[in-house]
Order: sequence, then structure tokens, then C-alpha cells
Amino acid sequence: MAAPVKVYGPTLSTAVSRVLACLIEKDVDFQLIPINMSKGEHKKPDFIKMQPFGQVPAFQDESISLFESRAICRYICDKYADKGNKELYGTNPLAKASIDQWLEAEGQSFNPPSGALVFQLAFAPRMKIPQDEGLIKQNQEKLGKVLDVYEKRLGESRFLAGDEFSLADLSHLPNTQYLVAGTDRGELFTSRKNVGRWWSEISSRESWKKVVQMQKSG
Amino acid sequence: MVVKVYGTAYASPKRVLACLIEKGIEFEAVPVDLIKGEHRSPEYLKLQPFGALPVIQDGDYTLYESRAIIRYYAEKYKSQGTDLLGKSIEERGLVEQWLEVEAQNFHPHIYNLTLHILFASALGFPPDEKVIKESEEKLGKVLDVYEERLSKSNYLAGDFFSLADLSHLPFTQYLVGPINKEYMIRSRKHVSAWWDQISSRPSWKKVLQL
Repeated sequence: MAAPVKVYGPTLSTAVSRVLACLIEKDVDFQLIPINMSKGEHKKPDFIKMQPFGQVPAFQDESISLFESRAICRYICDKYADKGNKELYGTNPLAKASIDQWLEAEGQSFNPPSGALVFQLAFAPRMKIPQDEGLIKQNQEKLGKVLDVYEKRLGESRFLAGDEFSLADLSHLPNTQYLVAGTDRGELFTSRKNVGRWWSEISSRESWKKVVQMQKSG
Repeated sequence: MVVKVYGTAYASPKRVLACLIEKGIEFEAVPVDLIKGEHRSPEYLKLQPFGALPVIQDGDYTLYESRAIIRYYAEKYKSQGTDLLGKSIEERGLVEQWLEVEAQNFHPHIYNLTLHILFASALGFPPDEKVIKESEEKLGKVLDVYEERLSKSNYLAGDFFSLADLSHLPFTQYLVGPINKEYMIRSRKHVSAWWDQISSRPSWKKVLQL
């Protein structure tokens, strides 16, 4: 019987891989339904019905249709609270609040500059779009300042929100994977001692290794 | 215990105030002078290491990122005041979806408009007309999606006011006020009705009076 949980989108998408990592951490079976973005499938009426902004991923289970990867991750942790990694979204309100704080930091401070760099350095060349050196320099500087804050935090705490791996750390995996493994700017992370240690730890989780494998074979 | 909220003269902290008022939680507003650079002082950075607003202190407990703060209080005081999270896991999922839409699709463009139109001269740089034009176009496309959604549903997550709607209050207030682009809201029938509903809530009126 096919799993009721469906994720729509390409594995190479950072937002899609965020959701896949969460589903694997939570031990929730799912079907991945590929969406070919170079053919514009994400802008076709059938997809727009599920995701009105024409972005990936879209998510469905037997009771709901959802979009926005970080919302999908929170929903998965709520709905499947007793499955897989139970600490992923905290087991008490203060732990959850700390995870939300760092999820927001990821979404508001880390994602814009790192996402811009991923696009410029990893995707633009593939899409034969000329790179914008000004944007690259600007976003590298911005990301550096954010990583300085992370460096201090990760000197005081094993993971971003506390002593346990959480959704907050998970949310950083997709963009960082591209920058460290797919571009020559990995040293932004690896030259910072605590950030480097943290990246090493979170990227070697079984769940993330599975996602990377899916990206390679998808 | 009274919750201290830092930086209430500015938009993001007002997200927190609106939530606290909806939940009937007492707070104390602590001013932070951005023009004087108070947000980069060592004392402030100890509380909020990114130098952003707001941060809250609740006794010994410190928390930052307005959308994390509102989630925390909405859940902690779920049975007190307005329920801002929906009544089921599925309704909560929709609240989270539209809260992320606000954070990821709505906020970046309205923030650019705010920065370049309202704060550029105070911060010492020329407003970038290209950024303003592009941000308005992109915001318009986002509002077109909202128009479609709000034609089927009274509020973003369903037929109940939630954190998702609340999160839009502060910067939309700038848009219809000092940014001078009220037409972006009024030209969209359902967005306009939604804005009237959410901005006339007693909690928001109270925030604007502070």
C-alpha cells in the first residue's frame, strides 16, 4: 500500500530536502513525487492548486495539504510526535521555544545570504545564468557576520537550541550542504572551529546521509 | 511576572505586543534607540546576539525572534484570552503555513519598502528606487495570492483569527500609513476586508496607542 504521506518537488531543492530530512528523522514513510522545474511543472495549474505561490515543496497526508517547508516540518513533529526522534522539536515548552528561536534565526538571518550564495554559486552555472559578483561578495559578508554569532553560540552549546540535535540544526542542512560540498566557499563554515565541528556532526547523521544519497540518485 | 519587551517603538516588537494583549499577559515596554545604535551595544548583544529587535525577558528567561516569542506565549497560555493556534493539529498546521508565508514571502518585500522608504535617510544611505519598484511588484504578486485565499476563507488559516494574521499587522500598518501605499490593500477587495477586520481588533488599537 502506498504511504499516505506525499512530498512534491525535486530532491535537489533545498526546501524539499529540508522536509525529507525531517520525515526520515521521524521515521515517517513517504512517497516523493518529482516536479520538473526546468519544464515549469511548478507553475502549472495542478501544482498551483496545491501551492499557490508556485514554489516547492507541497505536502499531503490523509488529513491535510500543506506548503512552506518549515511549517511542514513543525506539522510532522506535531502529528507524528511519538515516532522516530522524539526530541526533534523539544519535549517541553522551553526547549520548543529555543528551537523556534533558532529556526527563525535560520529563516530570517541565515537563509537569505546562504540561499543567495547557493543560487549564485551552485544553480546559476547549471542554468547558464551569469553570476553576479557584487551579490556574491555582499552575501558572503552577510553570511560571515551571521556565522560569527553561530561560532560564539556553538562554543557554549553543542547544538543551536541546546544539547540535542533539533529541527533548528536540521533546517540548516540543505543550504550548508551545497556550500560546503558543491562550491569553493565551504571554508566559511570549516574555518570557524565551532561551526565546523557542528557541521561535521549534523551532516553525518544517518537521516542527512540518506537525503544526500537521494539527491545524488534523483 | 511582567514580560519585558525591548524596542516597542519599532514594527517587529509590535507583533509580540499584539500577541501579549490578545492573551491578556502583562508587559513592560523597554525602549531601544536604533539611531543611537543601542541595539549594537554590548549589553543589548548579550540579550540578542544578532542585534535585532525584539527580545523579551520573562524573569530569568530570555527569548528573541518575534515569531518564536508569539508561538511560545500563544502555546503557554493556550487556554487564556484569544486562541491564536487553531483547535486541532491540522488547524495548527495551517497557522504555521501562513505564518511561514508571512515570514518568507510577504516580509522580505515589505521590509525592503520599509527600509528604503522610511529609514534610509535616518540610517545614512540613499533609497534605492530599483529595489523599491521591484519590492512593490513582488509584494503585489504575493497579495494577489492572498486575495484568492481570502475569497475562500475569512482569515488566512481558516475562519478564525490566528498568529498568521497577527504577524502581518505591524508592517502592513507601515504600508497603509507612512509608506503611503494603502492602494495595494484597498485595490484588493478581500485583502481590504481582511485588513479592516484584523486592524480594528482592540489589541491592535491598543498597540498603536502605546
